Order: sequence, then structure tokens, then C-alpha cells
Amino acid sequence: MSSRSSLKSKLVASPYIVWSVLFIIAPLIFVVYYSFTDASGAFTFENITALSKYAPTFLRSIWFGIVATIICLIIAFPLAYIISQKTEKVQRTMVMLVMLPMWMSFLIRTYSWMALLQDTGIINNLLGKIGIDPIHMINTEGAVILGMVYNFLPYMIMPIYSVMAKLDYSMIEACQDLGGSRLTVVRRCIIPMSMPGIVSGITMVFVPSVSTFYISQKLGGGSFDLIGDVIERQFQQSYNYNLGASLSLVLMVLILISMAVMNRFTGDDEEGMVI
Amino acid sequence: MKKNAIIDLKNISVTFGNNQVLKDLNLYIRDKEFITLLGPSGCGKTTTLRIIAGFIEPDEGEVIFEDKKINGVPPHKRQVNTVFQRYALFPHLNVYENVAFGLRIRKVPEKQIKETVEEMLALVNLTGFNKRNINSLSGGQQQRVAIARALAVKPRVLLLDEPLGALDLKLRKDMQVELKKIQQRLGITFIYVTHDQEEALSMSDTVVVMDGGVIQQIGTPLDIYNEPKNAFVADFIGESNILDGVMIDDCLVDFSGHRFECLDKGFGKNEAVDVVVRPEDVDVVEPEKGMLRGTVTSVTFKGVHFEIIVDIGGFKWMIQTTDYQPEGAKIGLFIEPDAIHIMKKSEYSGIYGDYSSFSEEFDELSNAEEEVEE
Repeated sequence: MSSRSSLKSKLVASPYIVWSVLFIIAPLIFVVYYSFTDASGAFTFENITALSKYAPTFLRSIWFGIVATIICLIIAFPLAYIISQKTEKVQRTMVMLVMLPMWMSFLIRTYSWMALLQDTGIINNLLGKIGIDPIHMINTEGAVILGMVYNFLPYMIMPIYSVMAKLDYSMIEACQDLGGSRLTVVRRCIIPMSMPGIVSGITMVFVPSVSTFYISQKLGGGSFDLIGDVIERQFQQSYNYNLGASLSLVLMVLILISMAVMNRFTGDDEEGMVI
Repeated sequence: MKKNAIIDLKNISVTFGNNQVLKDLNLYIRDKEFITLLGPSGCGKTTTLRIIAGFIEPDEGEVIFEDKKINGVPPHKRQVNTVFQRYALFPHLNVYENVAFGLRIRKVPEKQIKETVEEMLALVNLTGFNKRNINSLSGGQQQRVAIARALAVKPRVLLLDEPLGALDLKLRKDMQVELKKIQQRLGITFIYVTHDQEEALSMSDTVVVMDGGVIQQIGTPLDIYNEPKNAFVADFIGESNILDGVMIDDCLVDFSGHRFECLDKGFGKNEAVDVVVRPEDVDVVEPEKGMLRGTVTSVTFKGVHFEIIVDIGGFKWMIQTTDYQPEGAKIGLFIEPDAIHIMKKSEYSGIYGDYSSFSEEFDELSNAEEEVEE
């Protein structure tokens, strides 16, 4: 009886096992394999040693990722709090508005920003009409970071909001009651209690920001190569799968390390983790 | 009259939407007293407490704290602290840090914080719980932490919002005794909100009975029980038979078709009044010796006594007696003059005091409903 049921449960689980072997484990093995071989398939460390050339690109990606994450956090935290304090009906509407841009293609949204930011784009046209000289916006660091913030902001708002919506308001009152001014309530009560949401928000924005490749090409005009762009080029243009794979591997390790560091901050409080 | 008043509420009115929660409420609270706001859900007792704490601003009226008007002063600048109904402990902090919370905000030196926290934890019998996680504590223990946390900042007045509501009966009784002891030891004012009349009577120096946003009666527990002001108070506090009567003269009242001697004076001649007779104050006698005669319609054994319902001319009386009377027995009732309490007619006359629809199940149902609403 028990062997039959365990066989049954194996059968039920089999599609998922096949799925994860095919689409998660196998690709990972391929990445590792390509990283340590050359074009002829011989074992080599060459790909890894070649990476030192890309150190500045790695650093820039991480730097942009950090900046975009911080800006997202600064915007998302108060916004999530404001939403969580509204009536349920208003909350639903506001959450929908936050999600709405995600219903459109990422590519279309990034193209729209190009149209807005260009030297002869919509914003500069409008400024010209009211007599202000055009401002150079596209192809700057700011434009790339703007693109990241715009695209990934909902991933920061949602986890923070979902934690805040569940906060017991009497705890905020208790904090005031014990002598907390508005600032103290935020610092000692709301921030620590929203920490699980903040951590998963940071992870969900930082990881795609570091590895993104399209935003920097379209809004940075190619002058701010990010690691994602380099990897894409290895596969799409240079056909150097081995170098591309090793870059990916290193990126993955870097992201895992930064996530581990982030999780340290919350100790054992990982209920809010989405990933 | 207002000697020692630490808090004075003057002409307070509060309206939420189109629901007037407090109507022109006047109440002063003496320093170092244990005062209880007692009433059914929706009577405005919690609102009154939140006005004192500063979480609600009254639409009209003044809140005076030690002769100073404190309307508009935010909660964190008031010398009062609250023990919340559902404790509201901080889940991200352990027991020690929860109790130390208010002291840290005040930037008290670390050594003094340690001393105070240890002292407070000892006060609520939680010595040694310092490092414990809040979620690992039982309801009773969480309640103690909440009390210690509020007392650690040395408030002048402690506000308690149905603090024992979520505890089981045995624990609740223990905590009642303990709270009273803590209040006496610290010598500070406790303002306690509850819908449990027994809790109010056993702990308080002063009881404030509220209903419909209006104070019905203020007095010592003994006054409230023995001299209820109207039918609502008589019914809400303990059990009462409330009858329509006519005051024939001073110390002579007519009800249930019989004239009784009583101790009450000062009513008009032939004035219609409400008469209260407590179930435990009635003596059961032989039918021929009784002032009133009736038939027993139900008997319930309560341990200490029997609770019997007696039909007297269509009105059902509740009587508590230690002698068993079978259902259907004809009995007589004897009522001493001091067992009769006369009240002026009020808006509550005729609503309460007849036990014809009485059933324990119904009573419990309505209690449960009350707790859900709160």
C-alpha cells in the first residue's frame, strides 16, 4: 500500500521533476560547462582569466543597480505606506495603478522613454514651446537609472505594501503612546516591522537591475555598457558562448553573495521573502 | 467636589459619521483612584479612553489634565499610557526590548533602563523572561509584558482597554487581583474599560456606568449595586426584578397589587416609579405567610443557590434561594423594607427587569455577540 502510494506520488511529481531538470538544472550545467571550455570543447581557465578585462563593467552594473535600488526604496516606502493607510477600495485601485504599466511590454515602455527623453523628444519640445533651452537627457547615466527605476519600481512597492497592509495599527498607536514622535514611529516601528518586505523588494529590484541589458542600450546609447549587454553581445554577435557563459556564472555568484548579505540583515525573519 | 482631580472631561461630544458616540459627557477622575468605565459595546467607553490617551480629538468639549487643557496635545506628549486590548506588543523585539521601548525613546541611560525593566518584569511576575520572543508567550504572559511596558515609563495615569478580554476565566480572576495590587503598590491612577460588571465591581474604587454615549451613574461599586439610578443600571449590574410601582407616600410603595414599606423618601405623592428588588433579597415563605404569592415555573441549580423563576400575576420574578422549590410549587414571597429600592421613571423604564424571556442560552449568545463587536 505504502509503496504503491509512493509510486503514485512520484508519478504525480514527475512532470515537475522533468521540468526543473530540463529548464533549471540542465541550463546551469551548460553554463558551467561552457565557462570552463574553449570553442573546441577542451578544458580551460581562459574564460575566467579573461574576465578581469570586464571588471569595470561589473562594477558599473553593480553601482547602477545599487543606485536604482536605493531610489526605488526611497520612492516605494512612503508610497506603500500611504496606500496601506487608505480604505480597502482605494487600496485596490492604487495597487492596480501600480501594476498597470507591467501589463505593457517592457520593450514598448523603454521605447516610450526614448521618445520622451530625446534631444528632439516630447519633453524638450514642450520645454521649447515655453522658451526653455533643450536639456540633454538621453544617453546619460541618469537616463539609464531612470529606466531601471521606472521598470522595476512595482517590484519594490508590492512586497513592502503587502507587509504594511498587514501591520496592526494598534502597534503604531502603542509606539506613539510610549512617547514616539512621528519620526520615531517610522524609525522604530514601521521600518523594522516592514523589514521582510523591504528585503524582498531590494532583492527583486537589485537582481534585475544588475543583469539588465536592454535599458542601457536604448537609454544609454551604448556609452554605459552594463554586464548584461556584454553577455548578450557574446551570444548574439560574437558567438563566443564560452566567454558569455563565464560572465553569466560570475554574475550569478555575485548576485547570490549580495542576496546572502541582504538576508543577514533580517536574521531569521524570512517569512516575507518572495524569492 | 473636584479635589484631587487629575483628569477632567468637560462637555465632551464625539460624532463618527452620523453616529453620536459621546453626548455632552462630563467626568472627572481623582488622582490615584481605580476607576472603571463600564457599559455594553458601543456605549462610548473605549472612545472616552482614547480621548484621554489622545488618539481621538473630541468634536466639542475640553480635556483637562492637572488644570491644563490638553486638547490637541499628541499622544506621545501626554503623561498617560495605554494597555491595549490586543496587547500590541512589538513582534520584532524580545520581552526586554519591548519593556525598554519607551525608555529608549526617552534616551534613559542604559544602566537605568536595565534597572527599570528588571523592576517592571518582577512586578508582573515575569523575571527571567528577558530574552524570550513575544510570539512564544501565552496570552496571559503577553498581557503582563504589555502592562510592564506601559508602566516602565512611569505614567501618571494608566489606561486599560478591556485588557483581560482575551483571557480565560481562571486567568482573568488572577489578573484582576494582581492588577488591583499593582495599582495600590504604585499609587497611580488606573482607568479601566470593561463590559464585565463583575470585573468592575471587584476591582474599582469608582464605577462609571455608560450607555448610548451618556453616563448613567457614577459611584462606588456598593452604591451602583445597591442604589441604581435607573432601570438600565439596575439591569446591567447584577440581576434585578424591576416592577412598575406607585409611591403612595414617603416610605410606602404599591406594586404587584400589594403595599410595601420601604426606606425611600422624597418622591411625589402617587408618583409612578420603577421598583428594584434584587433576587437574593427575597425570602421564600409559605404561601399564606407571603406578601406576594406565585408559582415556580423553572428551577436552575447554581451551586451556591437555586435560581428560580416565579410567576406572580403574569410578571416573572427571579429569586435566588438556598431552599429547593420544585417546578409548579406555590410559594409566598416576603420582602423586607430595606430590600426595596425605588427609582425615578426613565427612558429605560419597562425595557428591563422581567424574566419571562430569560434563558441562559440567550444570555450567552448576546454576550458572545458583544465580544465580537468590540
